[in-house]
Formats: sequence, structure tokens, C-alpha cells
Amino acid sequence: MTEILSESSSIEPAVRVETKRQPLPPRERLETVFEIENLDALYGSKAALKGVSMEIYKNLVTAIIGPSGCGKSTFIRCMNRMNDLVPSFSQTGTIRYHGYDISTRDVDPVAVRRTIGMVFQRPNPFPKSIFDNVAWGLKVLGMKDGLNERVEKALTQAALWDEAKDRLKTNALGLSGGQQQRLCIARAIAVEPDVVLMDEPASALDPIATQKIEELMHNLKSEYTFVIVTHNMQQAARVADMTAFFSISRGEEGARWGELIEYDATEKIFTAPSDKRTEDYVTGRFG
Amino acid sequence: MSTAGHGALTRTKILKRQQAVSRAMEGVAWLAAFTAVAILVVVVWSVARRGASQLSFDFLTKPQIAYDPTQPQGLANAFVGTFVIVAIATAMALPFGILVAIYVNEFATRWIRNAIGLVLDLLQGVPAIVIGFFVFGLIVLPLHQQSALAASFALAVMMLPLVARTTIEVLKLVPSSLREASLGLGVPRWRTVVGVVLPQSVGGTLTGVTLAVARVAGETAPILFTSSLVANGTSWNPTHALMTVPLAIFELSDQPDLPSQQRAWAAAFVLLMFILFASLAARWLATRSKRKLGRAR
Repeated sequence: MTEILSESSSIEPAVRVETKRQPLPPRERLETVFEIENLDALYGSKAALKGVSMEIYKNLVTAIIGPSGCGKSTFIRCMNRMNDLVPSFSQTGTIRYHGYDISTRDVDPVAVRRTIGMVFQRPNPFPKSIFDNVAWGLKVLGMKDGLNERVEKALTQAALWDEAKDRLKTNALGLSGGQQQRLCIARAIAVEPDVVLMDEPASALDPIATQKIEELMHNLKSEYTFVIVTHNMQQAARVADMTAFFSISRGEEGARWGELIEYDATEKIFTAPSDKRTEDYVTGRFG
Repeated sequence: MSTAGHGALTRTKILKRQQAVSRAMEGVAWLAAFTAVAILVVVVWSVARRGASQLSFDFLTKPQIAYDPTQPQGLANAFVGTFVIVAIATAMALPFGILVAIYVNEFATRWIRNAIGLVLDLLQGVPAIVIGFFVFGLIVLPLHQQSALAASFALAVMMLPLVARTTIEVLKLVPSSLREASLGLGVPRWRTVVGVVLPQSVGGTLTGVTLAVARVAGETAPILFTSSLVANGTSWNPTHALMTVPLAIFELSDQPDLPSQQRAWAAAFVLLMFILFASLAARWLATRSKRKLGRAR
């Protein structure tokens, strides 16, 4: 994390909050999508996250920031049961999605992922054509009516249609990294999820590609709820309505785990954080 | 090289000896490598010298007719028989091997994965004659009849570990990010495997199949037990025992007359060429599929 204003000693926030964000409505008018209570996540017997409790609201962009190793990715992968794929993984606590606990064994992870989509750190298009990348999920999930229109809509929403419309049949691996990531976003939103989880979606991209992705999140949040993990504070400040700051806590015998330190409106986190650790991090005094 | 006054840089006795040992080791290693190549060249050459001249259109298209030297003698019956038996064996081993590989790589826990890997290695090490004898007891004895199908089954048992192993290897190379991409869409695991993972492994599976075909096409021991009491003439019927190329070589080489022995050499030449080309094809397929997978990463 030292790349972000390391040696600064001023109390000035390292990040200027300049966004097109509208002011947040009062909390009681926000609809809760996720209600996470006392979440602990473990790999084997090693804790990765302890005691995370927070709510995530509908049609907002919620950013998860924090230093490397603070459990950001583990956290959002809990939200669509992606961690089920890791054999040693286990978790306790509850994650309620619209009031329904999705962390129990009898909930089908496939059904969870169907409504809670995910975009990954590295663009991972299928080695198929651009069209098939978007259409494949639709076909498998039985959304075959108006397939062409659905593909066009998703690519348009992901701001890729103009670049891709003349080469829909060409292999997606021929696209640039930024285009590939937008294709992955199109693929994720084509199946009409309720929530889109993004695990550092721009970390492998250049600034222009990053900007395009931030813009499309901004334009789409009226339809979807976004949760974005990022190690880039400027990005959180630009796109997120709410920001959660995770940090690493240390215990005896070198034990380390991630914890939620502070969760509030982005504006507040970056201008008037209530926790010293958050302030240290957003002002760049924390390594 | 050595100049006086620079003691540490001059060639001492120990250094000289080390260099000599080093050179000797390199020479021995070179000789071993050269011998390996030379053995193949000698085998191919000696078979080609005796067999290639016997090749003719009749040899490839006319069946072998025993005890009738007036007819043009070929080995079409053996070529057809080997083709039928190996094709059916492939049809059995291919889906089975792919399913084993999918289970091992996509679903099994580590313990089961290792256990099945060991079993595949052991199966690959079972001598062909034991497999032949096993199938003889399992199929031929109860039915009181040899058949190409029984031979196919024996060869399929031999092909299975090869096909499964190579498919497992290539499935391992499929990046997990592709699986995550599909699973993240809410696609069930099985559809993910069939729709995303398996298409990536086609090249590797084909490599395994080609190698396995090359391997079993020349097997004689399982054939002796299961498909050796053959009738005259060319037949495509797998419920009967069919003549095969290795069996033809085995029987013809045993005949006292020169034309028969020459035909044995010609058959050996055809078999050898087939195996060489199949191995080269397998090599080519493997390189191609690796390159393709590298791109998807």
C-alpha cells in the first residue's frame, strides 16, 4: 500500500473526493440487501476474518478498502459462496440476503451465484467468441428468448457494444485487457443478477480502462447493487457511496486476521473518519 | 592459458582431473543418447529393408488365404481386424477415461485423487498377457467363443490409464479462473465442466488416445487369448474372432516358406510406420493444445 502517498505527514486526506455521486438518502430509506452478522472466515484453522458485521444497501456502490491481506477478497467471496470451492475454507456467523441466510449448508451455492454475480481481478473471458462469452451463460441458464437483444443490451451496458459490434464472432482473447474486463462485466450482468460483486476489477488495467469501468458502474447502479473490492483509494472515493475499511489485526504468536474497522458514507470515511486507523490509512500514513 | 604468477588461475592437477572426469561423463551421456537413437534407426532400417519391398496394392487390399499359393496373398483381413478391434477399444476407453479424469480432477478430494492416480499407474503396469488372460476368463470362457469384442475389451483396459492420465494432466492446465468465471454466473458445476473445462482439454485427450492407439495396435498377448482362432477372408463382424496385424506377424514369421516370412516383415513394416506416425501426431497434438491453453491463461 505504500505506493499511495507514503511519506506524507499532513492530516490532509490523501484522496480528494470528487465524484458525480448524489448525496446519500437517509439510512432508514435505504433498502438492505445484505445483512452480515459476526462473520468469521477461516482457512484451515487460520482465521482470515473475524467478527465482521455490516449492511449493504440496494442500488448503491459499496467499496471495500484496506491493505493487502486484510481479507477483502475473502469477504466478498463469502457473499456468493465462491469460497465453497476452497476445500479448507469454513465460516461462522450469518450472511442474510434479503433476510434469508445464505451461508447455511442447505442453501444451494449455484442458486446464490445465479443472483449474486461476480467479476474477478484478472479478466477471464472464455476462449470463445465475444458473442458466445455473453450468450453462453444465458443459454445454460435458460434465458434464450431474444438472445441477440440480450447480448446487445449487456454489451451496451458494459460500454463495449460500439467497439465489439463488428467483431462479435471473433475470439474474445483478441480484445485488450480493458475490453476483456468489460466483456466479463457484460457476461455477468447479461444473466440479470441482483448484485454484482467486483474483486479488484481494475487492478490489472490502465487508467483509461479503469475510468470506463468506473463510469459504467456509476451508470448501472440504478439497476444493480455493486460491491467492489479495491486497493485503490481514489477509486473508492470516486465510485463508492459507502466505504468499508478493513485492516489487519495482530494477535499472539504472530496470528493475523482481517477486521472491519469502520463503515460509513464514503465522504465521511475520506474526510472525517472516526477511527484513528482509518485516518492513518486514508491519509497515506499507514503502510 | 596458464600464466605464471597467477597461482589461483592456473590449471592445477586437481582442476585438470576434474575437467577430464567432466568430459568423460559428457561422453558417456552422449553415447547413451546416441545409442537410443541408433537402436530406433536400426530397428526401422532392418524392418524397412526386408518389408518395404514386399508392399504392394494386393498386399494391402487382398486377404490372406491359407494353403493356396496360386492366389495373390495380402493381409487386408489383418488390417481390417486390427482397425475394428482398436476402434471399438477406443470407443470404450475414451469416454471412460474422460469421465475418470473429470472425476479425479474436478470432484475428488485430494486423498481420492492420489489413490486413483496410483491405481491408474498400477493398471498401466499390468502385463498385457495378464490382461489377456483375465479377459479370457471373464468373456471368452463363459461364452465358449473368441471375439473381436473380447479383444477390444482387453485393449480398452490397457488404453484406459493412458487416456485418463493425459486427460488429467491437461485438465490440470485449464486455469481455475475459467471455472470461476462460469461458476460465478450461477452455472452448475457439471455444466461448467462440460461447457468450459472439457473443450479446453480436447487436444490433450486426443494426444492420449493417439498414444494409446499406437501402443495397443501392436499388442499381441491379449489378442492371443481373445481373437486368434480366425476364419479365412476379410470380416468386419466384431462378434467373431478377427485376424490382426500382430497376430499375422506372429504366425507368418513361423512359416517355413520364404513368401510368408516376407509378408511378416511387410506387416511389421506397416505396423511400425503406423505407430511412428501416430506418435508424431500425438506429439503435434500435445504441442498444439499446450499452446492453446497458454493463450487462455
